[in-house]
This record gives sequence, C-alpha cells and structure tokens, in this order.
Amino acid sequence: MKPQDTQPNLPRLYRVQQSRPETYDTWTLESEPVDGTDGLSFAPGQFNMVYGFGVGEVPISISGDPANPERLIHTVRSVGAVTKALCSLRRGEELYVRGPYGTHWPVEAAVGHDVIVVTGGVGLPPLRPAIYHILSNREQYGRIVLLYGARTPQDMLYTSELKRWRARFDIDVETTVDAAKHGWHGNVGVVTTLIPQANFDAQHTKAFICGPEIMTRFTIAGLLKRGVTTENIFVSLERNMKCGIGLCGHCQLGSVFVCKDGPVFRYDQVQPFMSKREI
Amino acid sequence: MKTLDVILADHPFFKGLNAQQLQFLGGCASNVRFEPEEFLYREGDEANNFFVIREGKVAVEAFSPKRGPIIIQTLSKGDVLGWSWLFPPYHTHFGVRAIELTRAISLDGKCLRKKCEEDHDLGYELMKRFSAVMIQRLQATRLQLLDLYDQSG
Amino acid sequence: MTAQRFVVDTEVLQRLFELLVKQGYGLIGPTAREGAIVYDRITSVEDLPAGWTDEQDGGSYRLKKTNDGRVFGYTVAPQSWKRFLFSPMARLWQANRSAKNVHTVDEEDQTEKYALIGARSCEIHAIAIQDKVFLNGNYPDAQYKSHRENTFVLAANCSTAGKNCFCASMGTGPKVTFGYDIALTEVLENDSHFFVLDVGSERGGSVIESITNRTATEAQSKAADRVCEAVEMSKTLDTDGIKELLYRNYENPRWIEVAGRCLTCGNCTLVCPTCFCNSAYDVTDLTGKHAERWRKWDSCFTAEFSYIHGGSIRTSPMSRYRQWMTHKLGTWIDQFGVSGCVGCGRCITWCPVGIDITEEARAIRESEKILTTRSGGVQVENA
Repeated sequence: MKPQDTQPNLPRLYRVQQSRPETYDTWTLESEPVDGTDGLSFAPGQFNMVYGFGVGEVPISISGDPANPERLIHTVRSVGAVTKALCSLRRGEELYVRGPYGTHWPVEAAVGHDVIVVTGGVGLPPLRPAIYHILSNREQYGRIVLLYGARTPQDMLYTSELKRWRARFDIDVETTVDAAKHGWHGNVGVVTTLIPQANFDAQHTKAFICGPEIMTRFTIAGLLKRGVTTENIFVSLERNMKCGIGLCGHCQLGSVFVCKDGPVFRYDQVQPFMSKREI
Repeated sequence: MKTLDVILADHPFFKGLNAQQLQFLGGCASNVRFEPEEFLYREGDEANNFFVIREGKVAVEAFSPKRGPIIIQTLSKGDVLGWSWLFPPYHTHFGVRAIELTRAISLDGKCLRKKCEEDHDLGYELMKRFSAVMIQRLQATRLQLLDLYDQSG
Repeated sequence: MTAQRFVVDTEVLQRLFELLVKQGYGLIGPTAREGAIVYDRITSVEDLPAGWTDEQDGGSYRLKKTNDGRVFGYTVAPQSWKRFLFSPMARLWQANRSAKNVHTVDEEDQTEKYALIGARSCEIHAIAIQDKVFLNGNYPDAQYKSHRENTFVLAANCSTAGKNCFCASMGTGPKVTFGYDIALTEVLENDSHFFVLDVGSERGGSVIESITNRTATEAQSKAADRVCEAVEMSKTLDTDGIKELLYRNYENPRWIEVAGRCLTCGNCTLVCPTCFCNSAYDVTDLTGKHAERWRKWDSCFTAEFSYIHGGSIRTSPMSRYRQWMTHKLGTWIDQFGVSGCVGCGRCITWCPVGIDITEEARAIRESEKILTTRSGGVQVENA
C-alpha cells in the first residue's frame, strides 16, 4: 500500500521539468517525481489536488497520456492565488500533488462506438488524456469527432496538437471561436452550432463533454436533439474542493460528491441537479 | 444534373413544401459560386436574395474603423443565409464574405416577396421556416454574448 | 433470558470513574458551567450537574435547578461529543523547505483515549453516523479513527425529553440500544437514588465486574424501565418518503419564506452532532520556508463555502438553508444509507430565530397536499 493511501493528506513532491505558456493566462506544467518512483498512474479524466507551497491547494485535471505517466502534465489557468502561484513555477521548482482522484471518462465502455468530444475553453485539458487513449487504440472505436470552442483564436489551447489531430484522417476536428478578426479561416459561433452537422451516428455514440456549465447544458440539448440518449452522455463537472476525497462536504451537488462520485458523471445521474439553480 | 427544384427539395429547409411550391421556388433560384474573399453582399446593400449554402464557408462580418472587419459568425454547408429581404427597408445589416470556395443556391427575394403577398399559404410556409432559423441564430448568439470561456466560467 | 442488570449508587459510580481513569481513559462528561451543561473533562461524580435540568425552546436555552439530586436530569448539552472525536481544529501536516529539498512531517496520531460519560441515545446514533462518514469511504480519516478506536461509552438513558427533542421520529431514541460499553438508567423514586447498569460490551462488562457484583432486583429493574417509558416527545417529524419529498420540492416557495428568517449564522451546523463539513487551510511563517496545513470545521451556510473561480454557486441564503436541510434529511440518505438527523433538537434551540426543522419539513409536506387539491398554479403559504 502506498503511503498516500493511509496518509491521504500528505502530498508527493514533484519537480517541474517544463513550463510552457499556452495563452496569456494558461500554462502547462510537466513534472517528474522527486523520489525517483514511477510516474503517477491515472485514468483519463481524473484530477490531482495540486499544492502551491504555503498558498493552498486546488483540483487540477491531469492532462497527459495515461499510457505514459512518467511525465505528470497539468494545464493550469491563472484565476486565483493558488493557480497564479502554480502558473509562475519554472523549471526546477517544486510541485506538490495528491491524487489521482475521481472518476474517469468511460473509454472502455466506448469501445465499438463513435465518440464525440465537445469542449470549450479550459475544458479541453481534462479530455486530452481520453483523446490520447482513443487515438492510441484507434481501431477499437468508430468515428471520432472533436468540437472545440474558445473565445478567440489566441485563447485556444494545444494548438499544435490540434493541427496534428486535424491532419489525421481518422478524427474530425472542428474548432470555433466567439469572435475573430478577418483572416481566421475557422468557424465563428458557439460550439453547439457544430453539433447538427457533426459526423457521428447518434444511435451508437458516447458523448464526452467538458466546459462551462452553460455550454454543457446547451451541448446536451443539441445532442439529445440528434438522438443521443442520456445514458450515453458524460459530463465533467467542477465544484469547490478542499479535500478531494469526499470528507469535507464542499463539492456536493445534490447527493453526489464531485470529487469521488465525479468529476466525470453519466448525465442521467446528475440531470435532476444540473437543471436547478444554486444546488 | 439535377434541376434546382429537386436540389431544393433535398434540403431540410424546404422539406414539407409541395411540388408546386418547390417548382415556383426553383423558378426563382439560381446556382451561384463565390471565390474565397469574394463578397456575397456588403453591409448596406439592397437585400434582394437569400442563400442556401451547398458547400464551403462564409463569414458574417461587421466592420469597425479601429478594429477592422470582425467575424461574428460563420455559416457553412446546409445553412440558410439572409432574411433582410423579408422586411423593409430591405437592406443588409452585415457583410458576408466567402472564406472558402463556396457554392450556394441564390433565391430572388423581390420575386418571392411578390409571390408571398399573393399566395399566403406559401408565405406562411416560408415564414415558419425563417422564424425557426432566426430563433436558432438568436439562441446561438445569446450564448456567444455570455462570453462563456472567460474566467468566471 | 434477559441480560443481567446491575445496580450502583453514586459512591460506586465514583469508583467506576476512578477505574476508567486508572485504565488510561480521559473522562469527558457533563458539568454545569456558565449557565449551560458543558461536556468537558471531569474527574469525579462531584463534577456532574446534580439537580440541574434544562429548558429548551426555539432559540432558547436555560438551566433550571430542580434540587432533586438527579445527575443526568438534563437532556442534551449545547455541544455534542463531536468536538472530541473530530476536532474543531487540527494540524494535518507540516513541511520545511530548504535550498535543496522539502521535508514533510506527517502529523502523529493522537493517542489519548476518551470515556464519554452520560452519552444519550441520539448522541450515540450521531457518532455512528459520523463513523460512516469518516471511516467507511476509500480514504478513512486517520485522526478520527485514532480518537474513535478506544472510546469508552458510558451511556445514559433519558428520563425526560426536551421540548425540541424528536428522536423517536428519527428512530434514534429515547432508549439506548447499541454503541455503548455500559448504559445506565438513573432512578429517583421515594428517596432512593440509584443507577441500573446494562452491559453493552465485553470491556463494559469487565469494568462493572471490577466495581460491583450487586445485580438489580426485579423492582429496581422495573423502576428503570418505568423511567424510560415515561419519556414523552413533544415534537415529531414524519420521515415517510422524506428524501423523495425534498427531491421533489427544490423549488417550493417555502424555502423563500424560511430564507426571510434565516440569518445564515451557521449555529445549527456547529451544534449539530452529525454535521461534518470541514475546510483545509494553509499557513506559512514569514520566511516562507515552513508551511502547515490545518483542518477546521466549516459550515455550508458561509458565502464562500461553494466558491469556485468567479463566484459562489449558492449565493442566496435561501439556497444555503435549502442545502443544509435537504442534505440533512434527504441526500444524506443516498450518501450514507441513513438519515443525517438524530432528532436531538439542538438546531432548533440554538437558532437565534428559532427555525424548527420539524416545522419546515411539515410545511413542505403540507404544501404538496394543498397543491394536489387544486387544478394548477402555485399556492403561496402566506396565510
């Protein structure tokens, strides 16, 4: 049993190997464990509680390839004191991590199905491990569609990767922004407008959605309209987390704890709570 | 090669219209093609047409002296574009420019307007369809306005 | 064949206390102090609140002298045993950073064991509920576990119900039925004052064996039974389908009505024996080289409780009261298999405006009855 199992409060020490700015407020950190142990084995969609020394902890999804966990990858957006501290970390500095926690994208159950991934903004990082997994096991899946929305072209994450994916013939990648200058040859409009024309068989599809909750709700409406059923739609939600292990009560959404019953939920599980305000 | 009324019949926007109506519409329609960067129409032009995009991509733009042209929305295969021909003063409000090579069917608005005044059944059918398109666009635009991806999510 | 019952007086009870101390237990029991019954460290039966009872009502708590000599004549103290098993503040770990590396020091487990003196049935149920919360998940809480493992419970059967008590409705009392080492029933009849003891565990049995071998007579045993049977509840809460009732009524106008009274002060969560929400916070020293993580009690009534970047999910007081009550009586059942409420009534007593959870549950249930007799529209309860 790893020490973390009996002492879940204790973070593990990692060292940042690379810190790369994605946009003006988002960085991707790649780290390795200091104690020389194996990398953190995780399932796509899980998160770590990441600690900024003396500042605090926040839940951050793991964004790397589950098949290659030696490098721990986190994409962090600077929105508060802790994330600001994390975004300022540079190569050689320390990172503390507890995890992995939470439920994962059902990539096993999706075998034999089409998969449509709909995401926006910083919703892409929690989905990237699932995309890596699916592309590494491509023959097990049907059609793969990625719909990605962002505010402007400058706010897009993982742009070189998006280009590489788009260049493949076995995945449809459509990106869209809320507004763009002349010269942008991609789509402009909300990501939900891409759903009607997306190439997938609604009767045999698993949908993975991660993004702002409003986007998620409207995406679900668009998918339901196309005939995808609620048991085949999976959403990743977020709530305030302090412990990450279901003991502090903060992340409750109705009867579920987002840290341990989620963050990935089958939509019908959380449908009654998502439709109501201030739950 | 298919005649235009057959092409129109295939398109979801015109689904449910009877053969006579489709034939009339076919009579008002023509095949058009736009090279990349070519304008379908500019802001303030007389609004005489609406378009059914068959392939390609167009950008709906607003022009600001300081910021230059800003793309508000892109439309592509299957989308219906243009409704200013329905309401006075029959002027366009935004410019629309092709981003890729775009093929579309252009329908003559002036001719249709006249026909709809005479044939209210056809008028009602077209109004129903255009209202649906406008509602969809409005909803999508509202979501765009919410600035969903900013820091407060 | 019924289990053997024993009988002791206050002198022998004192010997029981001394034996527990000798066995290494820290005695935690009730004492009258600063106008309330407080569960704190005690050393002898002299510390017990002899001749005191309490009068509780919505937003009201008073001690009253009875002069009858009963030592367990009060009902429930303001605070429960929660703060001994699950500390209001605890350090989780500390870390020291040097130029070369960081050295984390995991916190040592607490080794003191407690003997809880005079625990009530509702309180024992509450402890069992917190056991589910802290011990049954994938990550059992080490600190709670170490406090809990060696806790000795000397339970006391209630001789009277407080005005806010509704344990009978919640199936948690008034009689103690499990979770104790020894259960006592205090009898005060015709100038005789004695305690009938029931054995609840091997540990409890051997403690009794060491201090007395006097078994209770049939008369004494019957007198003890009479004490338990005489307890009368004034409040009730209908738990039939309550979870589904609350799931159906997230948008009931009653929440708006109670929000007009609720101050979101969080008293209810502090005195509730099952509320477990807590928060972690980090501190450093001025050099930035030494950091500590602490855990402390938190309350879902605070504005920041549900904060994520950009804002809180539950901004309105209405949504926070609804969260607390729906969790306590409803979603808790889906999470832990039992209700979160033990009917102790503390939340009613300590609410500054006397909001009564039994009343709120009743109002929501009644509002459905009214709705079903009308053809449409929403009935606003504003008679």
